[in-house]
Formats: sequence, structure tokens, C-alpha cells
Amino acid sequence: MTDIVTILDHTFPGCILNIQHTKDDFPTLWIKPDHIVQVLRFLKTGVDESYKMLYDLTAIDEQARTHRPDQPESRFTVVYQLLSFERNAFLRLKVPLAAAEPVLPSVTSVWPAANWYEREVYDLFGIRFTGHPHLKRILMPDTWVGHPLQKCHPARATEMTPYQLPENKQETEQLSMQFKPEEWGLDSTLGDDDLLFLNLGPQHPGTHGILRLVVQLDGENIMNIVPDIGFHHRGAEKMGERQSWHSYIPYTDRVEYLGGVMNNFPYVMAVEKLAGITVPDRAKVIRIMLSELFRISSHLVWYGTFAQDLGMMTPVFLTFNDREKVLDIIAAICGARMHPNWFRIGGVAQELPKGWEGLIQSFIDYFPKRLTEYDNLVMKNSIFKARTIGIGVYSTEEAIEWGITGPGLRATGMDWDFRKKQPYSGYEQFEFDIPIGQNGDCYDRAKVRVEELRQSLRIVQQCLHNMPEGPYKSDHPLTTPPVKERTLHDIETLIHHFLNVTWGPVIPPGEAFCGIEATKGHNGYYLISDGNTNSYRTRIRTPSFPHLQFVPTISTGYTLPDLMAILGATDYVLSDVDR
Amino acid sequence: MIENLEYIGMVLAIMLALVLIAAGLIWLERRMLALWQDRYGPNRVGPFGVLQVTADMIKIFFKEDWIPRFADKKVFVVAPAIVMITILLSFAIVPFSPSIGVVDLNIGILFFLAMSSLGAYSVVLAGWASNNKYSLLGAMRGSAQMISYEVFMGLSLMGVVILTGSFNMRDIVLAQRGVWFVIPQFVGFIIFFIAGIAEAHRLPFDIPEAESELVAGYHSEYSGMKFGMFFVGEYLGITLISALITTLFFGGWLGFHFLPPIVWFLIKMFGFILVFILLRASLPRLRYDQLMSLGWKILLPLSLVNILITGAIVLYLNNR
Repeated sequence: MTDIVTILDHTFPGCILNIQHTKDDFPTLWIKPDHIVQVLRFLKTGVDESYKMLYDLTAIDEQARTHRPDQPESRFTVVYQLLSFERNAFLRLKVPLAAAEPVLPSVTSVWPAANWYEREVYDLFGIRFTGHPHLKRILMPDTWVGHPLQKCHPARATEMTPYQLPENKQETEQLSMQFKPEEWGLDSTLGDDDLLFLNLGPQHPGTHGILRLVVQLDGENIMNIVPDIGFHHRGAEKMGERQSWHSYIPYTDRVEYLGGVMNNFPYVMAVEKLAGITVPDRAKVIRIMLSELFRISSHLVWYGTFAQDLGMMTPVFLTFNDREKVLDIIAAICGARMHPNWFRIGGVAQELPKGWEGLIQSFIDYFPKRLTEYDNLVMKNSIFKARTIGIGVYSTEEAIEWGITGPGLRATGMDWDFRKKQPYSGYEQFEFDIPIGQNGDCYDRAKVRVEELRQSLRIVQQCLHNMPEGPYKSDHPLTTPPVKERTLHDIETLIHHFLNVTWGPVIPPGEAFCGIEATKGHNGYYLISDGNTNSYRTRIRTPSFPHLQFVPTISTGYTLPDLMAILGATDYVLSDVDR
Repeated sequence: MIENLEYIGMVLAIMLALVLIAAGLIWLERRMLALWQDRYGPNRVGPFGVLQVTADMIKIFFKEDWIPRFADKKVFVVAPAIVMITILLSFAIVPFSPSIGVVDLNIGILFFLAMSSLGAYSVVLAGWASNNKYSLLGAMRGSAQMISYEVFMGLSLMGVVILTGSFNMRDIVLAQRGVWFVIPQFVGFIIFFIAGIAEAHRLPFDIPEAESELVAGYHSEYSGMKFGMFFVGEYLGITLISALITTLFFGGWLGFHFLPPIVWFLIKMFGFILVFILLRASLPRLRYDQLMSLGWKILLPLSLVNILITGAIVLYLNNR
């Protein structure tokens, strides 16, 4: 019995239906649907060392699941994952919903950040939330029929009827694209002033990808913003239910396309938790080294484009040149630049190539000088400071309220880095500092990222000097593909290899979550195995989603040019938002 | 008669030379920026890519002359012409050398100020006629910027006028035979330079066309040759401001005897053009309200103080 379970049982007698055991050892409690809002409010405000952050909110369609030992009857399960900073612990609450057209009270009154999450669950599962301020599809188009993450919804175009666009359908589609401010929850007037609606995007040089923002302007002052996302939605979570455990790895690369193997990381670690694989030390360090190289690469893209958002022309060319140097190292090690798909269940794909030390050493020698140059060019520039200091300010409390993690949280002065607080893959053995800001404005967010570049370089250096010897892959039977020495020797290893490669590994039933400190914030994979060759439910919790949801709140009251600074300093990637 | 023909010939030659310089500047800027940004820049068409501009011009000439259906047609067409005409007219008062120059107006500076005020209409009309929200925002910013900058642009030059006692550009050049005005009028020079950048819509003051905010600002809807006119107009603007700085503060054609006066003039002018390009390579963009407050709260009082002090010193020296 965990502490929090007793407290909850005491405060709300009978609210806990069941306590589930999961592979990640998070307390996982089944809560009665009519209690959920009170329980969550209590966990957020009532309890000591409270769970201040709504880390994730998602759902599971249980209709095709076979392995559900000691779990209450449920057709749809809504999952709330909370994070307590004081306890340094996650808590998972599950709510069973029996009906085929399920309804649950909204928790937007407790956490405003639940707004988009509940819209997503409504969009993808069809679960309605009563009391939600604006329950409307968020990722799929308004005219979409069905809810894609329901098990009965087809996953491939070939399973659907051929696409046709007769005239009446075309008309409906056209009409649905018409802009009506009321449908977006916008007031078309404010007092006597006529306000201007500016449609920013989906194609706009300042949005870094296909993001649409409907901005309500008074002159150039921002009165209101409504983001419209989903243009980059590729159904990554649905694909997870179709691909084998092994063949899903390349899809993860593309979820946050600047992070490369950083995306493989939480996924393979979650699968390893489910399978019970222990990864050899060498593989762990290789993983850390490549992830940190990708952090450098991603932050360099951010550095250049952020300066460009503020009208600086040169930094983007310089940082992209440097990024190319990082990508050259990555390509030499992995064979590909942006999406190497290089981590494997149980280790990494290959041994490091001969001469990798030289490549990394030359980058370590080269890079700090360049960083100093960028500091002089960008961070110390007084116009740059005038454009970023005091812009888009938020406090630590607000950041936690809205689910902000990563540099965006650290810029407010909170030294919360999952690499230090909940070390994974051996991060506890590395020496590095957590850079923090004080004011939580755009400048501090930039400062934190710039300092992180230096810290990542330190970690890479330590990997270089302390690379352990040993295998790069585990010899666990579920390691995919198996180590070469363990294949093709006799009939046993031959068949094992054959099955592992053709069907993919069969991962034992269970649930596991694994998260990492990714380039943009905390990125987590919540995997459910039903004892099959593919996952039953793949939930990807990405940092960009809550970060983008927060943008309207922090940009109202500023002007249009400030919005570009705020968007740039948020450092989101649209594929990470939409998945 | 022959004199008239010669004069017309010179005017046409100056105009042609200016347009060629402006076009050449596009190439120069792209190459210089590339040099400062660790890349190559245009280097395929002709030696060192010099003919890139020719290739671009050919392309732009043969583009469909498209006017958006929602635009106000007449105004939409007139707007880019205004920028070209006003800037080219402004060059009329620039004395390139003792013998080269279009007119010798005794109100030279005032003529330039009048023309640059007219130039503001091009931005406003283009933004308005495009009937596009981004263009409109760009035009709004453009007009506000120009109106506030025109005020102290004129005032910053008054110090030079007080020292010379004339609005005539040739008189101003000849008055610098002893010492260039950049020394006694250093504050005036700085203010005029800043106002000039704003006038030419160059970074850090390219606020009306801030591409990361307003796509392309007031000329978002323009394409083909009409866009080309705005584009060349911008480079003509840079050339004009550089030529004026040379004339007003750096002694115009004056120089040592081993080179002809026109060469001295061009050397100085291209020096300032390179400074414009370097600014673009190194600075971020100011925000619209920051620019306005810089103009009204700092530069305007500063230029007034500059006039007061210059006037006082001149009075004192004359009455001694």
C-alpha cells in the first residue's frame, strides 16, 4: 500500500475500485467515474506534497483486450497521469466507462491544461466530457466520421472504402472551412472597437511548420489567440497498434523530427520494462551519447531559427553549419542524419564504428569557440535583449499548472530535470549542471537552452572518456534482432531469429510508462501489451502539445512581433504536437 | 541645341547608371551576405555569378503580370511606380562630381525631403490597395515609421545647413573643403544615418516588411515586374541614402588629386552601401513601438539640441 492510496481511501471511502500492478511500479488506481473530479482536485490542492501537474490525460479502448487480470469491467478507460514534484513521483488514475457512448465530467475546472487533452480524447475515442468549455475535434478534421483510436476504426486506407468527393460532400467540406469566430470561441467585437482577425498560417514563415493561429488583434495588440492544430497528424499512436514492437521504432524517430534517436529512447526503454530486459552498460552510454548529440543538434536548429524570428539573418546559417557537423558524426555512427532509427529493443543497432573517438573529439574541440561567438552575436545583442527580456513571462506555478516541462520550466527558476531527478539509462553517473533562469521570459528560456548546449557537450565528453567495454546489445531472448552470435548456430537459435524477425518479438502482457528529458521537455511513452507481437495501445505524451496550448495564455496583451518571439522561445515542433 | 542633347544624354546616363548600380547591388549584397554567413551565394551565372541579376530580371519580365481580383487595380499599379519615381527624382539633386549632376537646385535638401515624404505614399497605397491584412499591417507600420522619421531626418540636416548657410548641395560640398561635416556634425550624421536606414526599410528597421511576422508586409500580394520595382526601389533607396551621406557629411566628390572626383564619390558611396549590408547581416529587428519611442523620445530631442548648439556656436563665431 502506497502512502497516497491510504490517504485517498480515507478521504473518499469507496472511491478506489481497484489497485493495479504495472511494470513501471507507478501507483495505478481505478477510481469511480463520479468521484474523479473531486479526487483530482483533492490530489492537486488538498493533499500534502500534492500532485500539481496534470502530466497526461488519455484513454484506452478496451474492447479487444484479452489480458486484463484484476481490472474492473470497462469499455473505455480514461487515464490521468499526475506528477508530484515534492514526492518526485507519478500517479496514474484510471476511470472505467462502461457505455458504448461514454460520458465523463471534465476536469478543466481543476487544470486548465486538461482542455486540449480532453478534446483529443473526444476526437480520437469519442468520449464526451460534460462541462468542457469547447469540446470540438482537435486533431482530425471537423468533417471526419468516426473516432480513429477506437479499435473498430480502420488503420489503413486499404481497409476503408475508396475515397470519393461528390459535389455535396465537397460543399460541406468547403462550408466547414469557413471562418466563424463564434465557433472558435471568439467574440467578434470588444466594446466599441472593431477588432481584426488575422489568420496566421497554416503556411506562415513565423510558425515553423503547419500551425494555424487565429489571432484577434486590436491594432497590433493581441487580444486573443486560438491555435488550430492537427495539420501534421499522422496517426502515430494508431500505427503503434499495427506495427510490430520492433518495426515501430522508425516511426518514433519522426514524432519529434529534430530529436532523432532521442525519440527511440523512451519507447525502447518502455518496451524493455515490459519485457524485463536489462541493457548492457555500453549500450546505455552509447544511447546517452547519441541523445546528447541530438540535443545539441536540435538546440542549434532552435538557436538559429529563434534569432531569425527576431529578424536576425546570419545565425541560422552558422548554426545550421554546426548542426551539419553534428549530423555528420551521427551519420558516421548510425548511417543516417535526422532519423537514424538506431536504438533497438535491448541495445543499439551496431557497434560504434572505428575512429568514432576522433570524430567526437574534434567536435568537442571545435564547438565551444563557436558557442562563444554566438553569445556575442545573439545573446549579448541589445536589440535581441530588448525583444526578449520581459516578453512572454510566466511563473513556475503557471508553468506547472499548464504542464510545462523542460527548458520552459527551468527558465522560471525551477531546477527540474528528469535526467537528475529520475535518472534513466545511467545519467546519475554523469557530471553536469542544470541551467536555470529567474524571470521566465523569452530571454531566460533562450539562456537556459544555450547553456544546455554546453552541458550536453560535457556529457558527450564524459561518454567519450568513459565508454565501457562490453556488448552493445543484451543477450535477453526478446532482444530484437538477436545478437548475431546467438543466431544461426543450431535449430533453436535459427527459429528464434526467424520468429523474432518475421513476426517480431512477443512482449509479455502488462503496462509500462517510460519518459525522458527530451530536447523540448519531458517525452513519455505509455505502452500496453496484450501479449502480442504489437502493442495494444501506444500513448505518446509529447512536450510540445501542452507547450503550444500555453501559448495563447502567455501572449495575450503583447503585440504581434512579440508573438513571434514567444513562439520561437517555446521551441515546439509541429510533428511533436500532432503526432 | 547640342548642349541640350548633351544634357539629356547625361541625365539618361545617370539614370541608367543608377538602375544598373541598384541591380548590381542585389548581386553584391547576396555575395557579401554569403561571405559573412559561411556560404557561397549566387555563383553560377556568369563570372562570380554577376549575371544572376540579369537572369532574375529576364525571369521577372516574363512573369505573368498578375493583379489579385480583390485588389484596387489602379492604385495597386501606381504604388510601385511611385517608389521608383520619387527615388530617381531625388537623385536629381545629388552632385556626383563638379561636372556631373542633373540640377543645381538652391533648395536641394528640401527637394530631397519632399521626395522622401512622397515615397511614403508608395508603401501606404500598396498596402491599402492589396486588400490583404498582412499588407495593411505593413502599410500601417510603414506610414507610422516614415512620418516619425521624416521629422528628425530633416532636423538632423539643419546643422549642415547652418554651417553652410545654404540648402544647395554643391555649396554644401564646397563648404567641406576644410573639414568634412562628419566632424562638426557628428550627432547630425548619426541621426541622419539611422533615419536613412528607416527610410530605406532596411534591417534593423525593416518593420513594414518583417518577413517572420508579416510574410512580406506591404508587398505580399505583388509579383512579377511590379514586385521587381519595389525590390530595385529598395536598393535605389540604399544608394540614395549612401550618396547623400557622402555628399552631406563626407565631402562628396572631394578627395586627393590622384583620382578623379567621381571615383572618390563612388568609393565613399559604396563604403556606406557595404555598411548597410553589414547591418543586415548582423542585427535583429526592432519592434515597431520600440522604433517609435527611439525616434520620438531620443532622436528628435537630440536633433533639436544639435541644431541649438550648432546655431549658438555659429552665432558666437560670427559676432566675435
